[in-house]
Amino acid sequence: MKEIYLDNNATTKVDEAVFEEMRPYFCELYGNPSSMHFFGGQVQQKVDEARKRVAALLGASPDEIIFTACGTESDNAAIRSALEVFPEKRHVITSRVEHPAVLTQCRNLTQKGYRVTEIGVDSEGRLDMAELKAAVDADTAIVSLMYANNETGVIFPIEEAAAIVKAKGALFHTDAVQAVGKVPINLAASKIDLLSLSGHKLHAPKGIGVLYLRRGTPFRPFMVGGHQEKSRRAGTENAAAIIALGKACELAGQNMAIENSQVKALRDRLQTELMARIPHARINGGAAERLPNTVNIAFEFVEGEAILLLLNELGICASSGSACTSGSLEPSHVLRAMGVPFTCAHGSIRFSLSRYTTAGEIDTVIRELPPIIAHLRQMSPFGREFLKKQ
Amino acid sequence: MWDYTPTVKEHFLNPRNVGDIPDADAVGEVGSLACGDALKLYLKLDDDKDKIVDAKFQTFGCASAIASSSALTEMVKGKTLDEALAISNQDIAEFLGGLPEEKMHCSVMGQEALEVAIAKYRGHEVKPHDHDHDHGPAYPDQEGTIVCKCFGITDVFLKKVIETNKLTTAEQVTHFTKAGGGCGGCIPRIKELIAEVMGKQESEEPRKRPEKLSNMKKMQMIQEVLERDIRPLLWADGGDLELIDIDGPKVQVAFRKACAGCSSSGFTSRVVEQKLRDLVAEDIVVEEVAA
Ligand SMILES: Cc1ncc(COP(=O)(O)O)c(C=O)c1O
Ligand code: FES
Repeated sequence: MKEIYLDNNATTKVDEAVFEEMRPYFCELYGNPSSMHFFGGQVQQKVDEARKRVAALLGASPDEIIFTACGTESDNAAIRSALEVFPEKRHVITSRVEHPAVLTQCRNLTQKGYRVTEIGVDSEGRLDMAELKAAVDADTAIVSLMYANNETGVIFPIEEAAAIVKAKGALFHTDAVQAVGKVPINLAASKIDLLSLSGHKLHAPKGIGVLYLRRGTPFRPFMVGGHQEKSRRAGTENAAAIIALGKACELAGQNMAIENSQVKALRDRLQTELMARIPHARINGGAAERLPNTVNIAFEFVEGEAILLLLNELGICASSGSACTSGSLEPSHVLRAMGVPFTCAHGSIRFSLSRYTTAGEIDTVIRELPPIIAHLRQMSPFGREFLKKQ
Repeated sequence: MWDYTPTVKEHFLNPRNVGDIPDADAVGEVGSLACGDALKLYLKLDDDKDKIVDAKFQTFGCASAIASSSALTEMVKGKTLDEALAISNQDIAEFLGGLPEEKMHCSVMGQEALEVAIAKYRGHEVKPHDHDHDHGPAYPDQEGTIVCKCFGITDVFLKKVIETNKLTTAEQVTHFTKAGGGCGGCIPRIKELIAEVMGKQESEEPRKRPEKLSNMKKMQMIQEVLERDIRPLLWADGGDLELIDIDGPKVQVAFRKACAGCSSSGFTSRVVEQKLRDLVAEDIVVEEVAA
């Protein structure tokens, strides 16, 4: 069965050109970039090139790029650094809809005596800017807010938030793991101090990330040891993955237009057609500004895992914020923070596209999903009541 | 990936007996939209009003909830009401070739719907109770007081599930009933209930001490008894113990938290000793050591 892969916010296919770029750095050019000999030196040159490519995509300068092992590490490093830099400040601000890479860490901080404020969102997933403004004070060490939400695709007004935060003297970090490559980011004209990205969300391999650190921003490393990454992240560089990420960032810059035209058009078609064909559905975050590749739809009266498993039978890969798939027993924290009614939250499905998604694949979903929802509704006591009323 | 058995998948993809029976003799409804799963079960009886001749269901829930409902309706057909009542949630899970442990609550939901339907048919007053949690009770007809506010689960129900499934940890109780899987606020109370049920089981059907034991087997049994029978009792009081060493008949344990250094811990180590003597070997001596 050929897969129809619509789960690109979970991870993406490695671009063939990216794979070719990294291929020689395993069995042939395997030198350590820190070595003095030519054999390591040539790897160092490619790592430097990759650093420039990443910097170019972000409008940063190469010395502001620190390679890490993943998005999660970048998030952890950013927040921990701020707390070490400002030991007297005991307040951290984040949002209720962050990825666990940020949220778990912040919640753990409350046990260590920190004050943690989680800014709320409205029913469309938009950040409460007034709450943010009121929350930042002289005691705030760092504010960490995601650029775009992985479940709904909702984009936060990050520059506006950064301006509010910087005016109060706190550091500003953004988890841009889902945004990089999909929305233009120019850090040269920005107030962002720290930014996280992850390779496997933009067609590079898993297990490579970046922490952007604005020049002049005080920093304490998370990993200590050797002098790699100018002593800001010790450990022998994952050279092949770094080189791959460099190539992926170069391609992401070139393909940004495609994300916002071709991919967005397919996403729009998918959501328009599904909404037209399936009654009692709603787009989570539908009224907010969103990533061009993501749509999260709630289908009332049915449960997400059942939908996913039926889609899976057809080779269609998506994901769900339902309790049964979130590994907990309650629907996703993002949908709950948005106040999505329980009647909808359990039946929410996320489709996330990429530049590899084809019109034919979208047509298949548009054709196959409505009967699946109808079948499950006809089986559900709540669905039947609603069908009767029609 | 889903780790469902082929039978679960087959019943999910081709569910038997979906629908309703307009002139059903018995109807049982459990769960709610808020909880994430719900089941409505219809039973039709023969003219003598004894045998189940037809069963239908409607289910809102995940694949294993739908498969459990489908299995249940197949299992009850042709059974008398008393025979049907003897079906346990384990039987439903077995019919399906097993369920992942964290999905066992789906089989519990099926068993509960069956019980509610038959109790209602027999005219038992199943009275709804007061509650103050977020979303409706999972099992509106349950007796007892709510323990888990997040999922609306009562103590009576929890004890029943703990007993029939021989559950020993709070995590298992969450897998089987969902209780404890939300805010987690009810977990201490769940541990107490486990301890209560275990204490009761002991007095009802005393386990026999084996005649002769190899050393390996003995050490294994000591560990088992500590895990299953003793630690949950201590947890209920906020305490705990750790097995430090076993040397022949000598068992060294260290008490922690509420037990450590408290005046009753001498008494506690005597209790542990008695339990081990009853269940493992007569010559066991328990010594308390510093942690
Ligand atoms: C918003 C967001 N932040 C962080 C991460 C974690 O990235 P990684 O998988 O590279 O650790 C993810 C990916 O799941 C994400 O979507
Ligand atoms: S009260 Fe039981 S999980 Fe919240």
